[in-house]
Amino acid sequence: MYKYDHFDQSIVDARVAEFRDQVNRRIAGEITEDQFKPLRLMNGLYLQLHAYMLRVAIPYGTLDSRQMRMLAHIARKYDRDYGHFTTRQNIQYNWIKLEECADLLEELATVEMHAIQTSGNCIRNISSDQYAGAAADEVADPRPWAELLRQWSTFHPEFSYLPRKFKIAVIASPEDRAAMRLHDIGLELVRQNGELGARVFVGGGMGRTPMIAPEINPFVKADDLLSYIEACLRVYNRYGRRDNIYKARIKILVHEIGADEYRRQVAEEFAHVKTLGIDPPLAELERISAFFAPPAFDAADVEPDRSDPDFAVWLDQNVKPHKQAGYAIVNISLKPIGGIPGDASSAQIDVMADLAEQYGFDELRVTHAQNIVLPHVAKRDLHAVWQALREAQLADANLDLISDIIACPGLDYCSLANARSIPVAQKIATRFADMDRQRDLGELKLKISGCINACGHHHAGHIGILGVDRKGVENYQLTFGGSGAEDVSIGKIIGPGFDEDGVVDAVEKATEVYKTLREGDERFIDTYRRVGLEPFKEAIYG
Amino acid sequence: MKLLTGNELRSGAVTWWTGSGWSLHVEDAVDVGEHGEAVLHTEEGARRVNAPYIIDAVATPQGPRPAHIKDRVRALGPTVRPDLTLKPADPAAGDWII
Repeated sequence: MYKYDHFDQSIVDARVAEFRDQVNRRIAGEITEDQFKPLRLMNGLYLQLHAYMLRVAIPYGTLDSRQMRMLAHIARKYDRDYGHFTTRQNIQYNWIKLEECADLLEELATVEMHAIQTSGNCIRNISSDQYAGAAADEVADPRPWAELLRQWSTFHPEFSYLPRKFKIAVIASPEDRAAMRLHDIGLELVRQNGELGARVFVGGGMGRTPMIAPEINPFVKADDLLSYIEACLRVYNRYGRRDNIYKARIKILVHEIGADEYRRQVAEEFAHVKTLGIDPPLAELERISAFFAPPAFDAADVEPDRSDPDFAVWLDQNVKPHKQAGYAIVNISLKPIGGIPGDASSAQIDVMADLAEQYGFDELRVTHAQNIVLPHVAKRDLHAVWQALREAQLADANLDLISDIIACPGLDYCSLANARSIPVAQKIATRFADMDRQRDLGELKLKISGCINACGHHHAGHIGILGVDRKGVENYQLTFGGSGAEDVSIGKIIGPGFDEDGVVDAVEKATEVYKTLREGDERFIDTYRRVGLEPFKEAIYG
Repeated sequence: MKLLTGNELRSGAVTWWTGSGWSLHVEDAVDVGEHGEAVLHTEEGARRVNAPYIIDAVATPQGPRPAHIKDRVRALGPTVRPDLTLKPADPAAGDWII
C-alpha cells in the first residue's frame, strides 16, 4: 500500500487546520452559510436531511487494517456506530456534528486519510478494480497508476473549479469490475507488443443523461498517459458547459462536438502539454510502484474442506480465484437479507480489520458494489475467515446474486432524493431470501437509485429501479438490460412505474419469465438481450 | 398551515420554529401563517439555523404533519432505522411518514 511522504502528510494536516478555522468562523457567525458551503463541500461535508454527512475518501478503495479501525473509531465516536460504504468506494457518515468535524478530520489524518475532493466540481476519488494485484487476468497492477492520478489530481490548481465533478476509473483487466466506461474518463491498461499503455475512454457517466464513454484513444503509451489525461481535462475545462448544470459534464461536451472532434482537440492539446514535462520520471513511477509490490505469498496450495454445506456455498459464491496458487480473493457481502446495502457497524468494521491483519496481508478493498474484499487470503485460512465473518453476521453468500443490491441512501437520508431506495432493496432481498432460489437465478445485478442522479447506478443494473416523485408519492420505474461490466449497456425503461410493493412484484414476475425462457447458462441479462422486452412486459403489465 | 424549518448550525439536526425559538420536535412547530418570510429573514440573520425554509403542513390532533414526505422523513428520522428516529420506542412511528 502507498504510504504518505512528508508532502502528502503536510498538505492534509494543513487542510485540517484551515478547515478548523473556517468552521470556527462559521460557528462564530463571521461567515454566512452561502460563504461557508463551498468550503465545507471541498472537505466532503454535506448537509443532508437529518444532519451533516461526511464523505471520507478511500483512494481506489484500498485501505489497511489501521485505517479500517480508524473508520470504526470514527463511527463510534463521532457518528451513531455505523458507516455507509458507497458506490465510489468511499465511506459516508450520516450524523456528523459541524462543531466536531475538524477533530474528526484531525484523527483521520493520523492514518493518512481525509475527505478532500469528495465533493465539488473537481476530480473525485480515483476508482479501480477491487481485485487489483490479485486478479489473474490483469496485464499490470492498476494501483500505481491510480495513485499517480491521485497525486496529480489532488489540489490540481487548474482543475479545482471544473464545469462539473469529474470521475476517473483505472482497470487493467478485460473483465471490468469498476464500471469503467461509465466514468468521465475510463482507463484500461493494456499491452501492445509488450509495451504498457492504456485505452482511453472519455465521456461516460450515469445521472440524468447516461452515456457509455467512446474510445478516444486505443493506446496511449504509459510514458504519455498523464499528459494525455491533462489534455483531456484541459479541453473539457475550456469548452464544458458552465452555463447549464445539467449539460456541464464532459459526456455532454463529447456528445455534442462528437468523439472525432474531441479526439482531434485532445491531440492538439496533448502536443502542447507534452512539452511541459509533467509525466513523471521513471524513478518516481518505480517509487510509487514499490508500494504495491506483491506480498510474501508462501502458502501451500491446499483446497479447503467443503464438508460444511454453508461454507461450501460461501466458497462457491463469494470466493474468487487468485493469481497466486494457494490464495483466494474473499468478498465480504454487506448485503444481509433485509439489511441496508453498504452499511456496516463499527464492530463489523473492526472485525474486517482484524481479519485483514490476521489473514490478509493487512489489506482491504471497498467495491463499487458496496461490499468489502480481502484480496489475499491463503486457502488454508478460508474456513477460519468464514467462521469469523459468520460470527459477525458478515457471511452472506450472495455476491452478484439478486440480493446483492446496490442502493443509494435515497430519501431516508439524502436531500436530493425523490423516493426511498433502501426499503425497496430490503423488500426485494427478503422476497428472494431463499438461497437456493437466488442461486438458481444466478448472476442478476439489481441496482436502485432514489433520484435521477443515479448514485445507485440503476442505469447499469440488469434490473434497475429509479425512484421518482409523482405528485408527492413515491413511484418506481423499472429498467432492464443495463450493465456496468465489459458488456456495458444502459438499461431501458420498460413502462409505467409502480408503488413500492408493485415494483417488488414486477421484479419477481421478471425473474419468472427469465426462468421460463432461459437457455443453457444464460444469465438474466443474456436472456433479456436475446428475447427482448416484450415477454417481460406482457408478464408484468399483462 | 405553514411551518418554518431548517437544520441547526452546530449539529445539523432538523429543527422547527415554535414561535419563540426552535425545537427538534415537529409537534412543537407553530403555524407561521403570513409571517413566515419575516421570521425566516430574522432567523437567517441570527445564524443559528442553516437554510431555513417554509413548508406546507396539515394540522392534526397529534400536531402538525408536513405535506411532503421529505419533510416527514426529516421530522421523524430514517424509516429504515427506527432506533435512530426521534421515537425509537414506538415501532409504528414510521407509519406517520407513509
